[in-house]
Amino acid sequence: MGKATREAFGEALVELADKFPGLVVLDSDLSKSTMTVEFAKRHPERHFEFGIAESNMIAAAAGLALMGKIPVCTSFACFLVGRLETIRVAVTLNRANVKLVGTHAGLGIGDDGASQMGLEDVAAMRSLPGMTILQPGDAAEARQAVEWMLQHQGPVYLRLTRQKLDDVHGPDYRFACGRLDVVWQPQPQPAHFQATVLASGGTVGEAVAAAKGLQPKGFAVRVVNAGTLAPFDADSLEDFVKDSERLVTVEDHNIAGGLGSAACEAATALGAGRPVVRLGVRETGESGTPAELYERHGLSAPHIMEACIRNLE
Amino acid sequence: MPTQLLPLTKALRADIIRMIAAAGSGHPGGSLSVIDILTVLYDKHLRHDPQRPDRPQRDRLILSKGHACPALYAVMAQRGFFPKEELMTLRKLGSRLQGHPERHRLPGIEAATGSLGQGLSIGLGMALAARLDQTGQRVYVVAGDGEMQEGQVWEALMAAAKFKLDNLTVIVDHNNGQIDGHVDEVMPIDPLAEKLKSFGWETRTIDGHDLDAIDAALSAAKAVKDKPQAIVAKTVKGKGVSFMEDNVAWHGKAPNREETEKALKEILNG
Repeated sequence: MGKATREAFGEALVELADKFPGLVVLDSDLSKSTMTVEFAKRHPERHFEFGIAESNMIAAAAGLALMGKIPVCTSFACFLVGRLETIRVAVTLNRANVKLVGTHAGLGIGDDGASQMGLEDVAAMRSLPGMTILQPGDAAEARQAVEWMLQHQGPVYLRLTRQKLDDVHGPDYRFACGRLDVVWQPQPQPAHFQATVLASGGTVGEAVAAAKGLQPKGFAVRVVNAGTLAPFDADSLEDFVKDSERLVTVEDHNIAGGLGSAACEAATALGAGRPVVRLGVRETGESGTPAELYERHGLSAPHIMEACIRNLE
Repeated sequence: MPTQLLPLTKALRADIIRMIAAAGSGHPGGSLSVIDILTVLYDKHLRHDPQRPDRPQRDRLILSKGHACPALYAVMAQRGFFPKEELMTLRKLGSRLQGHPERHRLPGIEAATGSLGQGLSIGLGMALAARLDQTGQRVYVVAGDGEMQEGQVWEALMAAAKFKLDNLTVIVDHNNGQIDGHVDEVMPIDPLAEKLKSFGWETRTIDGHDLDAIDAALSAAKAVKDKPQAIVAKTVKGKGVSFMEDNVAWHGKAPNREETEKALKEILNG
């Protein structure tokens, strides 16, 4: 098991502090959880603690950005998206260069339960013009995504996990914003796939396990990491649609408005005529271990396997 | 002496009436109550350059009560940010003078406002940045009194005091009017000055139509160290037009032709 993407984020901030002198970090009483605490220790003059007042933190970040700083605002995903009105006006209408980092995404937070789970954040952020949405699938990707985010001019929402994730990228991995990248497929590459699975963040590892599990049964399944949820990579999707009988999406987020929706919108626009099976959260979440919750809410490898070969066996 | 600005404030009040009448919609009440504050700010205190509105060293002004932007546009046109004729494009398709101000459309606007309660937070972020870079810049936020009902304002008030932002001044246009009625009936905010003081702000209460008092309060604010400053400006909604004064019906309504003529006559002859 590798690191949580929030851990990689915290390390990246420390590492990149000198490279980006405009970087400032804003917290709302969760710096130990969002992993900004080490940056705060090393650069106290560039860290601002706002207390439990996220709206003020986000709009203040917009003010800092309008003065040329690169503010990184952190909280749990659910508490950031709860201030959508502030994000909508202070950040996106102002075209402010604010980086919103929502940790504790989805069911994967485990036993803290429903009120702490960010399950609607991607849907809301996708509706904001100019907002780039990143969700890295492992620590290496998170590290590179943070660096990309800091050099990018414009608002970014970075969605991170509380739970540790398996590494899904090889040593040569290079992050590219707006790209769907294949993280696993049978070798040698078959000409035809029963399914291409699009996964993001906490579900990428599950998808890889599912695809590996289906290979001995004679099913060719490709796993694609959707590390950028907006803008969505429709060009790559077109390639996957050509050689796959179906698309499967799996996301630790509400079934509406997230990765599955983005994939359906893109696939429909392509006129591909391929079915898209969407796996996502349909209820409000609950306490349990991450593994128990992924199993119960249909995001675990067995559920993904079933979605890939339903009606094919 | 700021009292010399009196003829100017009359001309700007007339501009406000004309542009809202031409637009057929807009917010005369709060524009007329805030115009004296904005006039003194731009004339005496805010370091700005209409020819180079993006000059990095400029002070920042945020009109948090964004619906009063006709007043801001009138002052900006008078200062030379854009041609005065453009005032008559207010609220029209393609105009830089949006119904609520937007910074990416009109140079000189520092932040999009209109979602009440956000301006002070944005201003405090700007003040933090100015202090970090030791630029000596000041940030002014002009807020409405109804706006003080928003919880986020109190988050920002707490934070600015914690960060000891002595380069941040908020001026509250306390006209006691909002859409649904008088502020003290809709949701009382008083005693506002006492609340601001208790939140750690150096606070003064003034007559917000007394140009000398506005000037003096802004000068005093600059001298304060280690604390943000609040100026509670007691104003009259619709000030200068008898039938609009303290009448919340004129919060967000354009005058018709007859009302426009009557208003202009009162303003210019008054």
